[in-house]
Amino acid sequence: MHPAYSVIFFTTASGAGYGLLILAAIFAVGGLLPATSLLGFVVVGLALGLIGGGLLSSTFHLGRPERAINAFSQWRTSWLSREGVLAVATFLPAGLFGIGWVFLGKTTGFFGWMGVAAALLAGATVIATSMIYASLSTIRQWNLATVPVAYLGLGLMSGAVLLAVVTRLFGVHTPAVDVVAIASIVIAWGVKLAYWTTIDRLQPTSDLGTATGLGRFGAVRLLEQPHTEANFLMHEMGFVVARRHARRLRSLAHVALFALPLMLTVAALWAPAVTAAVMAVGAVGSLAVGLLVERWLFFAEARHDCMIWYGR
Amino acid sequence: MTSLPATRPEKRLGLAIDLDTCVGCHACATNCKEWNTGGISGPLTDVNAYAAEQHGVWFNRVFTYEVGGEGEAGRTVHFPKNCLHCENPACVTVCPTGASYKRSEDGIVLVDHDKCIGCKLCSWACPYGAREYDEVQGVMKKCTLCVDKIYNQNLPEEDRVPACVAACPSKARHFGDFADPNSTVSKLTAERGGYDPMPEKGYRPTSKYLPPRPGRRGAAPAATAATASLEGAGRFLKWVDRILTR
Amino acid sequence: MSKEPTPDLSPVVHDEVKYTTCYMCACRCGIKVHLKDGMIRYIEGNKNHPINKGVICGKGSSGIMQHYAPSRLRKPLKRVGKRGEGEFVEIEWEEALGLATEWLGAIRASDPKKLAFFTGRDQSQSLTGWWATQFGTPNFAAHGGFCSVNMAAAGLYTIGGSFWEFGEPDWERAKYLILFGVAEDHDSNPIKTGLGKMKGRGAKVVSVNPIRTGYSAIADEWLGIRPGTDGLFVMALIHELLHADKIDLDYLIRYTNAPWLVIDAPGTAEHGLFARDAAGDPLCFDQTTGRLVSAKLPEVAPAVVGSFELPDGRQAVPSFQRIAERYMDAAFAPEAVAASCGIPADTIRRIAAELAEVAFEQTIELDVEWTDWAGRTHSKMIGRPVAMHAMRGISAHTNGFHTCRAIHLLQVLLGSVECPGGFRFKPPFPKPIPPGQKPAGKTSAPNTPLAGLPLGFTTGPEDLIVDDEGRPIRIDKAYSWEAPIASHGLMHMVITNAWKGDPYPIDVLFMYMANMSWNSTMNTKGVMDMLTDVDPKTGEYRIPKIIYSDAYASEMVSYADLILPDTTYLERWDCISLLDRPICEADGPADAIRHPIVEPDRDVRAFQTVLLDLGARLKLPGMTNPDGTAKFPGGYPDYIVNHERTPGIGPLAGWRGENGETFGRGAVNPNQLDAYIAHESFWHHELAPDQKFYKFANKSYLDFAVKMGFIGHADQIVIQLYSEPMQKFRLAAEGHGAIQPPDHLRANLKAAFDPLPVWYVPHEEASVDTKTYPLHALTQRPMIMYHSWGSQNAWLRQILGRNKLYVATSKARDLGLDDGDWVRVTSHNGSIKVQIKTMEGLNPDTVWTWNAIGKRSGSWNLAPDAPEAKKGFLLNHLISELLPPRSDGRRLSNSDPITGQAAWFDLRVRIEKVAAGAEITEPQFPTLPRVVGLDPAPAINDYGAHFAPDHDPKRTRA
Ligand SMILES: Nc1nc2c(c(=O)[nH]1)N[C@H]1C(S)=C(S)[C@@H](COP(=O)(O)OP(=O)(O)OC[C@H]3O[C@@H](n4cnc5c(=O)[nH]c(N)nc54)[C@H](O)[C@@H]3O)O[C@H]1N2
Ligand SMILES: Nc1nc2c(c(=O)[nH]1)N[C@H]1C(S)=C(S)[C@@H](COP(=O)(O)OP(=O)(O)OC[C@H]3O[C@@H](n4cnc5c(=O)[nH]c(N)nc54)[C@H](O)[C@@H]3O)O[C@H]1N2
Ligand code: SF4
Ligand code: SF4
Ligand code: SF4
Ligand code: SF4
Ligand code: SF4
Ligand SMILES: [Mo]
Repeated sequence: MHPAYSVIFFTTASGAGYGLLILAAIFAVGGLLPATSLLGFVVVGLALGLIGGGLLSSTFHLGRPERAINAFSQWRTSWLSREGVLAVATFLPAGLFGIGWVFLGKTTGFFGWMGVAAALLAGATVIATSMIYASLSTIRQWNLATVPVAYLGLGLMSGAVLLAVVTRLFGVHTPAVDVVAIASIVIAWGVKLAYWTTIDRLQPTSDLGTATGLGRFGAVRLLEQPHTEANFLMHEMGFVVARRHARRLRSLAHVALFALPLMLTVAALWAPAVTAAVMAVGAVGSLAVGLLVERWLFFAEARHDCMIWYGR
Repeated sequence: MTSLPATRPEKRLGLAIDLDTCVGCHACATNCKEWNTGGISGPLTDVNAYAAEQHGVWFNRVFTYEVGGEGEAGRTVHFPKNCLHCENPACVTVCPTGASYKRSEDGIVLVDHDKCIGCKLCSWACPYGAREYDEVQGVMKKCTLCVDKIYNQNLPEEDRVPACVAACPSKARHFGDFADPNSTVSKLTAERGGYDPMPEKGYRPTSKYLPPRPGRRGAAPAATAATASLEGAGRFLKWVDRILTR
Repeated sequence: MSKEPTPDLSPVVHDEVKYTTCYMCACRCGIKVHLKDGMIRYIEGNKNHPINKGVICGKGSSGIMQHYAPSRLRKPLKRVGKRGEGEFVEIEWEEALGLATEWLGAIRASDPKKLAFFTGRDQSQSLTGWWATQFGTPNFAAHGGFCSVNMAAAGLYTIGGSFWEFGEPDWERAKYLILFGVAEDHDSNPIKTGLGKMKGRGAKVVSVNPIRTGYSAIADEWLGIRPGTDGLFVMALIHELLHADKIDLDYLIRYTNAPWLVIDAPGTAEHGLFARDAAGDPLCFDQTTGRLVSAKLPEVAPAVVGSFELPDGRQAVPSFQRIAERYMDAAFAPEAVAASCGIPADTIRRIAAELAEVAFEQTIELDVEWTDWAGRTHSKMIGRPVAMHAMRGISAHTNGFHTCRAIHLLQVLLGSVECPGGFRFKPPFPKPIPPGQKPAGKTSAPNTPLAGLPLGFTTGPEDLIVDDEGRPIRIDKAYSWEAPIASHGLMHMVITNAWKGDPYPIDVLFMYMANMSWNSTMNTKGVMDMLTDVDPKTGEYRIPKIIYSDAYASEMVSYADLILPDTTYLERWDCISLLDRPICEADGPADAIRHPIVEPDRDVRAFQTVLLDLGARLKLPGMTNPDGTAKFPGGYPDYIVNHERTPGIGPLAGWRGENGETFGRGAVNPNQLDAYIAHESFWHHELAPDQKFYKFANKSYLDFAVKMGFIGHADQIVIQLYSEPMQKFRLAAEGHGAIQPPDHLRANLKAAFDPLPVWYVPHEEASVDTKTYPLHALTQRPMIMYHSWGSQNAWLRQILGRNKLYVATSKARDLGLDDGDWVRVTSHNGSIKVQIKTMEGLNPDTVWTWNAIGKRSGSWNLAPDAPEAKKGFLLNHLISELLPPRSDGRRLSNSDPITGQAAWFDLRVRIEKVAAGAEITEPQFPTLPRVVGLDPAPAINDYGAHFAPDHDPKRTRA
């Protein structure tokens, strides 16, 4: 699948935003974060900013962004519609939760409940986003249970790493954040490893023989594609990343997305505050790079069945 | 409207495409383009129309495959492909806007271009690559089964068939109602073993493909025996006594 | 849940419907054009039309894009830069016609031969040929010589009609069909429809073709023959049938010259000619009376074998015996030819058996009473349901004439010509064998029309267009000893000969609808050089003036000095005439018109009208009234209605007579065109059931044909298996007779002019080292492109915008090649660099590509870096119009030695892997500038948007 930058940015940024929102809500409601207005502003603002920026970027992908409102109507069947509805729905409790925290210094009671609601909706939104992909039986690298888990895991992990930076910069750091960060990195890494192992072992369920129904006559090979130059489908679904290249990028993802943030987060536990803050910033930077690579690969390694017709 | 019709449509309109007689002439593809670019889905925009990397919107595209190995053992098969108007079309259910829908009356899968936001998700959901994005108009388009032709009251009855079917010179395309067991398409499907491409996807296409008939390289008929026995027989003797009048 | 949308299912399709004739190719189907707001909304097939019966092909469906193509020329042009550079100024029509009149008038007053007038893919040869006659130049021909004259000539010299679009398999009844070397052909839709029908009813289709695409793909059996060897294959089939006595002897005796006696007097001037009686009638030996009698008598029982003494004591044998002797020889046994053909002997034997089985065991009978030429009534029509069709895979070889004759021989031996289920003629065929019209042009004189039409049919040395020394008189050397039966001329030799001044220099080259610097020429680079070459002595171009009519910005436009821009097929009057290449079908004659569907939006004029205008300005007899005024002031439509070729016979056969009461022959009908328009632009007459078969011997049909003016008299047309004209040329080559060929051609002529079909190694193969050039290289017509025109079409060029060289998978393996590799392809004439694609259904000794996809950069108003220019290529760069030098240093033309047919498919090459480099095909020629007056082509094509009721222009143009 063609890795469109708007969609890569959307899923990674909003994923991180939702992850941050979830953790911030849990920590704040659980009293692990002080209800100070500036911190609230930065944390909730950052989360909503990432979410909003991501959502905005996703509209760049649309042919008719001015009609985006139509996308809220089909939540009965469409994961994309559900995602939209959930994303918007999240803003309400998230906004109230933010107001309580930032303006009233309150993260409990009604505002606490709003925080919980925001966290739940955020989680649901991330799952809805992932289900857009995971529900497509046409793309076997996506049509996997690990996909929503990975999305959620990566969202939480990026949220946790972000939270670690913010808390360190604000000097309100608690080891619980690091524990969550480390745990989520390990889990997400595991999930992603499992994902990659799975897709490497995937056997195609369809081939030219089943696609054309001509398999009964022997091996089928493409002689002539319908048009000599690439068409929309080939641009959109025909993207192929060279195997070697994919390996290298995966290694990069392992290092930048998981290994380095993990090392830095662990090392920061023992580091002096300033160094730890620098390390946390480093972890975020590394994670950002890793996440973009991971998401690029998520698209680039996905093969759409309609390309079978094109002999790919 | 991306929920599928609650009950199976009473009519199930579609095409039966005969791979045995398709010569790969692309008439179905260009006539489709011609009808539809001026019809309710139009235009079927072309980009870089007279330059490099030319591409555009086509509702029907013709592939060519080689099957069964090298030389005379194998065969070449032309394979036209357009929307199969599936009975279980995820392209419809994934659509966030309701632009994609399956008509409850006849099962035709359509896009309402006024609602579409161009998210392309439906094209991701179609295993057959039958959705066509118009990048200039920013909306998704697709084969409409010529819905603005087959029901068009401004055309004489006999012309109310899909453009690709009317055009096809070798009559490799048949249009009709698969719900009616007596329709040509149903009968052809029954007689010729019409099948679903990529059945494992579970989309249950309405349209069917009729397989190529087995080649008939055939065993030698009886006349060869005569050849063998007469080989070397007295050269022209057999014609000497033949008395035939003009 | 929202409601289901309710789109408008009955949008208004048109405000007007017009019927005309398609010209996206030469098949000329009937089309129904829907017009809305003055623009073309939709083009579909006309259901009532005899050719396409409602269907339409991929090209025809793209007519809108051709009609509105941004490459359309807009105004007459005069060259200002150097020839070939493409620099022009726009001029007014008056200036253009004045210039042409001045150039042509000067020649006509001095030496009309100095005009060479050659036309390409047009369909007005009866007008253009007549115009040349009136002008007085013998130097006229259309594209037939480089196209398929082998098929035309072999048919017309053998059975009285031919393949090409002049006959067709009995699609309704045939049970077995063999296609030889057909990819698409002129009967584009009818063949597809016919194949669909045949397969639908379970008839067997066999395709003999090195390449398995298109029709071969759906054939029940594909025989991947080695190019140029079909003759051997067919002769082996004949060998088998003769040995098994599976031939229709009745048919041979009734309808062919098989019993005619051939003089057996080796070394004498009459050896091999027919023994004739005093009346000139051929003789046969009547077995009932034991006497020699006229072979034309109905009630005889002629012998087909034996040797008989003539009154003068010489011996004579029935021509059938010659046939049997030759083909029963072991040289034509399946085993003997299998290796050459690449078809196993068993397969050949089986095909022969299948043919015999279908022809003789699956006979069909129609309960139709008919009367033969002699007045005898037969209660049934017997059909041998074996049909054959052949085209350029046979014709475009130097042995194509003979191969085609061999196929006709095979058909005739099976009794399957003009019978139910067999191969059928389309009226006005059959014609006398060969048709009576002789080529004119032996003499020409200033300001004098030629004695007759320049093209015709020679029957012996006396008909040749040569001077007293035997030298060619025509610029293309047609009807000279280099191509004695060149019934269509040799368009592919004109530029070379004119440049060389051999046999003489010309002054004006006038061309119409032929892309002669590119895809319809051999040796493209050489031709471009010749067209631009300047004679250092005079400082003038060696071909001094070139006038060209095209409708589009083709490659050829750059090489002309004066451009006469034509209309598109939807803007003009045209006439698809019985005098020309008609659209008839076997069930009856038909003709058609085109009429303006839309008005031109540019300053262009229909070429035919321009030609008549020029004729009047030049005061050509047929085009001027005695008072000097133009005879057809109304242009082409005026001519179509009012011109009479012979009294009562004009371009159109339908609705003749003052009130349109008759057809065929009849007075001029001033309202004829209205009648055509009212009848969907065509006329069709269905023959009576008893006229539909055995047309060559069917009294009712022959009488009808005379009435229509198709033939002069209702005599039986006897199939000429043994060809006496061929023997006459051979005798001359052997030194007999007064008119003698030059010595250096004697051996060639002796070999080629065999009165019975022979097979020889194609000339290029024989004259190059086949180890150096081990592969055959072919082209095929893509179904969605018409020669070079298709690429300007925004839709069609998406389907095929570049071409690759196809290599058999097994061969690629041997050569270490893979899909997408770049190779250098080399012939004796040059080399090209191209990309390959492997293919399983391909004769391993053959490589091929799609024809005419490669474009010169900058032409056709395409972007200079369009894939057609940078990834596409022509094989024409490799093909030479001349064979490699013989041992005596002479280079003969790369043509069939009999007809002059261009031997495109004799090409031999080798391929070698090369580095991809810039991934651009070679050769590349300098980019041509956009023709003056043309707008840059738009990036986005959204044709049709304006028909939408809620059309939002903002959204559509980018
Ligand atoms: N390698 C190879 N070369 C071949 C062949 C092959 O098989 N292999 N085939 C040969 C054969 S059989 C043929 S017939 C030739 C065909 O080759 P050409 O005769 O050159 O045919 P085209 O390229 O179709 O068109 C000739 C010109 O007609 C112009 N034209 C189109 N429509 C109109 C119109 O309405 N009016 C006017 N005035 N001009 C118009 C086009 O723009 C084009 O420039 O190619 C030959 N060349
Ligand atoms: N779509 C389309 N239709 C056209 C045209 C076009 O350009 N496009 N051009 C028109 C014109 S001008 C013409 S002349 C006709 C030509 O019509 P065709 O004769 O069908 O034309 P080609 O494509 O040249 O096909 C030649 C076929 O012969 C095969 N062949 C080559 N050599 C041999 C051989 O030695 N033996 C055998 N058995 N086969 C061989 C080739 O593989 C190819 O399939 O088509 C007309 N129709
Ligand atoms: S073929 Fe594709 S676009 Fe058509 S209904 Fe089926 S899934 Fe949808
Ligand atoms: S592109 Fe349009 S039709 Fe397709 S899913 Fe998106 S909104 Fe629906
Ligand atoms: S049914 Fe209509 S829209 Fe669909 S492929 Fe055929 S012509 Fe095109
Ligand atoms: S029009 Fe008919 S024969 Fe031609 S490609 Fe389409 S289905 Fe095949
Ligand atoms: S076969 Fe030729 S004439 Fe007929 S519709 Fe196609 S392009 Fe037109
Ligand atoms: Mo041709």
